Amino acid sequence: MTTTAPPVTRPSAGAPDLSRGALSLRRRLANQIFLGLFVVAVLVAVIPLGLVVWAVISRGGSVISWEFLTADIPNSFRRSGGGVGPAIVGTLLITGMAALMAIPLGVLGAVYLNEYGKQRPLARLIRMMADIMTGVPSIVMGLFIYSTWVLLFETRTGFAGSLALACLMLPVIIRSTEEMLRLVPDELRQASLALGARKWRTTVTVVLPAAISGITSGILLAIARAAGETAPIVFVVGITSSTNLSLFDGENTALPAQIFRNASQVFEPAQERAWGSALTLIVIVLLFTIVARIIANRFAIKER
Amino acid sequence: MTTQTQTGPDPKTELSSRGGGPRADRSFQVLTLAAGLLVLAVLALILITTTREAWPAFREMGLRFITQNRWDPPSEIFGGLAFIYGTAIVSLIALIFAVPVSIGIALFLTELAPRRLRAPAVTVIDLLAAVPSVVFGLWGVLVVAPKLVPIYQWIHDVLGGIPVIGAIFGQPVGSGRNFMTAGLILAIMITPIITSIAREVFDTVPRADKDAALALGATRWEMITGAVFPHSFGGLVGAVILGLGRAMGETIAIALIIGSSTQITANVFASGNAMPAVIVSQIGESTGTFTAALIGLGVVLFIMTVIINTAAQAIVRRAEIRMRGTAS
Repeated sequence: MTTTAPPVTRPSAGAPDLSRGALSLRRRLANQIFLGLFVVAVLVAVIPLGLVVWAVISRGGSVISWEFLTADIPNSFRRSGGGVGPAIVGTLLITGMAALMAIPLGVLGAVYLNEYGKQRPLARLIRMMADIMTGVPSIVMGLFIYSTWVLLFETRTGFAGSLALACLMLPVIIRSTEEMLRLVPDELRQASLALGARKWRTTVTVVLPAAISGITSGILLAIARAAGETAPIVFVVGITSSTNLSLFDGENTALPAQIFRNASQVFEPAQERAWGSALTLIVIVLLFTIVARIIANRFAIKER
Repeated sequence: MTTQTQTGPDPKTELSSRGGGPRADRSFQVLTLAAGLLVLAVLALILITTTREAWPAFREMGLRFITQNRWDPPSEIFGGLAFIYGTAIVSLIALIFAVPVSIGIALFLTELAPRRLRAPAVTVIDLLAAVPSVVFGLWGVLVVAPKLVPIYQWIHDVLGGIPVIGAIFGQPVGSGRNFMTAGLILAIMITPIITSIAREVFDTVPRADKDAALALGATRWEMITGAVFPHSFGGLVGAVILGLGRAMGETIAIALIIGSSTQITANVFASGNAMPAVIVSQIGESTGTFTAALIGLGVVLFIMTVIINTAAQAIVRRAEIRMRGTAS
């Protein structure tokens, strides 16, 4: 590691400046073109994002009103007016219930992987399977709940949707939480153990609190993703046009399902409701994402 | 590296019994283990229950379930080849567009971007991943598809006469709901995931390799082709395959945009259908063997994505190990 002081005053920019005049035109052009293409790639990704957001805001913004957010869903696609109140309630209830199931299980699973299992074969297997489970398409998760819960009880309920979303969130929470637990310095654990605390006490009162903001931010991102999931919701939750506050009794609905149903209609009022629902859903998802961001950033500062 | 003895003093050296005694410790460990095992249980249950429900269709159709191109629910004939083809072609189109863009973004972020541009650029890509797929579907079907029809028509007019290429760019459907539009929207949706993995891969390239290339007089592009690409090839393949896995499972956007017609055609401007889209759009009004067949499509999809994801992870892990080997 004996690095002699570089003769140039700008070590990072180094070589290009030195030899630019000596470069052949072909090499200089190739360099410029490809570096330019990277910038183009970023623009290519940014433009659709801008267009989607603009379309949703401009078309959905005019639809949104207090009535739209609270009123019942009209029975006919052709009829204008009404709202998506039941779908908003449904989304919050179904996603909330899913979070309630997936968060404790996910965090406990992560505790096993990082505090007990570590590199044992079983832990590695679970880790690998969690990664595979993350990649399982949401529609397959929906079919899984459909062929167990829905066919077993012969009713579509909000809870079935919660189960499907919980299955989707579980591996995401496990892996993000494990990542965060790994960042907790071992000295904290050793100090706690040295003070005579048992391992479970150390984990619950020292390790988890130390990583809590990172864990929370990972969980919020998982919830945001689940709230936007449509495929499993559509056929395990059913459909309703009035608010159903019960997750176990009767069919329910959610914002993504409403967007899906209305988007394929040719009738103007239905399409308007789809755009309004899309704006509402994006706002909900963005709220979660932004809160997760803020929490994660604060964590990063505390780490320094 | 295999022993993990530095995790602290052995908890068995009991000095105090505060915290409920050894039984509490034991039960907490069992509790966490149970939560971990839940992952294995769910994965196994997915395979078992869906296969069981799909069994009538599998028994009825046998291998023709995935080799026959005839999907005729009233006469109980379920050959899903057209949907497998649709899934493959849409995913392929999505990869063709998404992979170069993602690698470009990842290289921009790791090699080119000034430090203060990096954070906002990452945020934008993350936001792209945060937009729910149904919103992309809504945008695709109501805004993008109609706008693309004249462009498809123009491409068809220009290239339609050439023998092989003409077959690929055939007469576009009037609604614009076709393989191409679905693939394009899908490309937007899988770009964030490929980008984030590619970025991680590029970050593992040793500083020394890059500096060495620059010191030898390479331009930045030559440094990327000479030092970055050879080092990260395996990881990039993994990233692409993971993107493919994501693309294959995407349901709602495709269901809205692909046009829902059962056909196998080379024409990318024709409408078709894909496995997840068929399931979600037809399971509502299905009964008996029809439902079994739809769940069967899910089983096929599940097995395909599991194989693809396992392969991708194996490739990424092997690439990582190899990289660490050369770096040390």
